[in-house]
Amino acid sequence: MVIDKIKKRIEYQEDGSEKEHRSDIPVGMWVKCSKCKEILYKEDLHKNYSVCPNCGNHFRLSSRRRIDQIVDSGTFEEFQLDCNTTNPLEMDDYVKKLEVLREKTGLEEAVKCGIGKINGEKVVICVMDSNFMMGSMGRVVGENITNSIEKAIELKLPVIIFSASGGARMQEGIISLMQMAKTVAAVEKLQKAGNLYISILTDPTYGGVTASFATLGDIILAEPNAMIGFAGPRVIKQTIGEDLPEGFQTAEFLLEHGFVDKVVNRKDMKETLYKLLLLNK
Amino acid sequence: MAKVTAWERVKIAREPERPTALDYIEKIFDEFIELHGDRYFKDDKSIVCGLGNIAKQNYTIVAEQKGRNTKENIERNFGMPNPEAYRKALRFMKQAEKFHRPIITFIDTKGAYPGIGAEERGQGEAIARNLMEMSDLKVPIIAIVIGEGSSGGALAIGVGDRVLMLENAVYSILSPEGYASILWKDSTRAEEAAEKMKLTAKDLLDLGVIDEVIKEPNGNAKTDVEKMAETLKKKIVAITEELQAIKVDDLVEQRYQKFRKM
Ligand SMILES: [Zn+2]
Repeated sequence: MVIDKIKKRIEYQEDGSEKEHRSDIPVGMWVKCSKCKEILYKEDLHKNYSVCPNCGNHFRLSSRRRIDQIVDSGTFEEFQLDCNTTNPLEMDDYVKKLEVLREKTGLEEAVKCGIGKINGEKVVICVMDSNFMMGSMGRVVGENITNSIEKAIELKLPVIIFSASGGARMQEGIISLMQMAKTVAAVEKLQKAGNLYISILTDPTYGGVTASFATLGDIILAEPNAMIGFAGPRVIKQTIGEDLPEGFQTAEFLLEHGFVDKVVNRKDMKETLYKLLLLNK
Repeated sequence: MAKVTAWERVKIAREPERPTALDYIEKIFDEFIELHGDRYFKDDKSIVCGLGNIAKQNYTIVAEQKGRNTKENIERNFGMPNPEAYRKALRFMKQAEKFHRPIITFIDTKGAYPGIGAEERGQGEAIARNLMEMSDLKVPIIAIVIGEGSSGGALAIGVGDRVLMLENAVYSILSPEGYASILWKDSTRAEEAAEKMKLTAKDLLDLGVIDEVIKEPNGNAKTDVEKMAETLKKKIVAITEELQAIKVDDLVEQRYQKFRKM
């Protein structure tokens, strides 16, 4: 999608230099910032934590890049995902869609889980990935988050969960809804066991994920400008029949209303997590 | 008798004459006293809380309440809770734990209210906290879906040791209209969605999401509220006895495993 936009942009400005640009560097290596509209060289963007060097816009991050940014190099031991997808509504196209996505994204599902170190501090870490069905939570996501929390209780380790999700996965119907109760019950066990749980809300965190484990951290952090809420803005707008206020459902909005402890820039995230781990020891 | 379709059940569950939680509560419990407020913000009337008894057994009652007419519906926000309704419910459920009273919840909502204030006051957090606290409350919890059980707004008072559904009640991740609009970008395909979603009591029993389907008199509770309430009362009494016979720690662990398996 992004690439289409850039192609258009280059065509708009079609003069000699632009054309040369296009032949020098393949279009797929450029990306446009959705906020300031600046065209960025992908490699520069990635070197800058996938944050726009021009305006500070935090791009969505794949689970792989997230783990690279947070976990000490070479320390991530990924858990084997339980990928036993349920298809309670017997939707053939759902199963096909999953296959295609697995092929296309190289991801097994919308979450990666494992044990890793943050400046030497061992943690259980789960990272959701919005590239896989918008990070939606069906049985596989719910099961693996629950497994990871139970593992952390067993190993007496802190839990860190990065959320990025449109909410419960519609294709699995009520079974997706039940993942909310399941994951949250595990969080309660974790709380009772006395383990630290840090939840980080990233763009987007909505619906059944907001209404379950994501908002129950001992400490809740968020990335700047991340969109976070229970109901989607479109649904709210439709229901109340008015425009939504500026900045509604952003990380900063949640901070202001007391539902987030701190908004943390991505480049400072690892250091912040490290300090919080030490201060909770 | 012709088979009742899922969509027909959705329509029955939404009938304006469908008995509401209070219609049953008044008939099931010998005494019922409604108590109000979440102690933080306000009294949200979309959820009714209170104390009641059947003979010598006291209960805490938490019920999503639709209005029985337009005026009531406006007061009760059409049974769509804001966060303070869930926080009120939690206050009473924690109190039930303190005084060792079983909890009966009645589920009947189109969903948690999607509004600006709801988001400002943490709708997601309120629901999440209820789910978390309910998962290990040290008293028996019986949840009964009596009409529409839609989305996290229904589940927020639905983490029970036993989850029952009336024959024509529906329980789903989202309304069929919402489902069709998200999945097919077309809310007019609600009927088709309803047939696909497995939202009927029978479907959910087969999926292992609920424990029991409760028959409605003459195939529709509105035809005989008295009899429906009597059936519910018998169920509540029997299940309470059954759950009270289980040691509390085992009860809580069984509840954990019940949702763990899903
Ligand atoms: Zn920018």
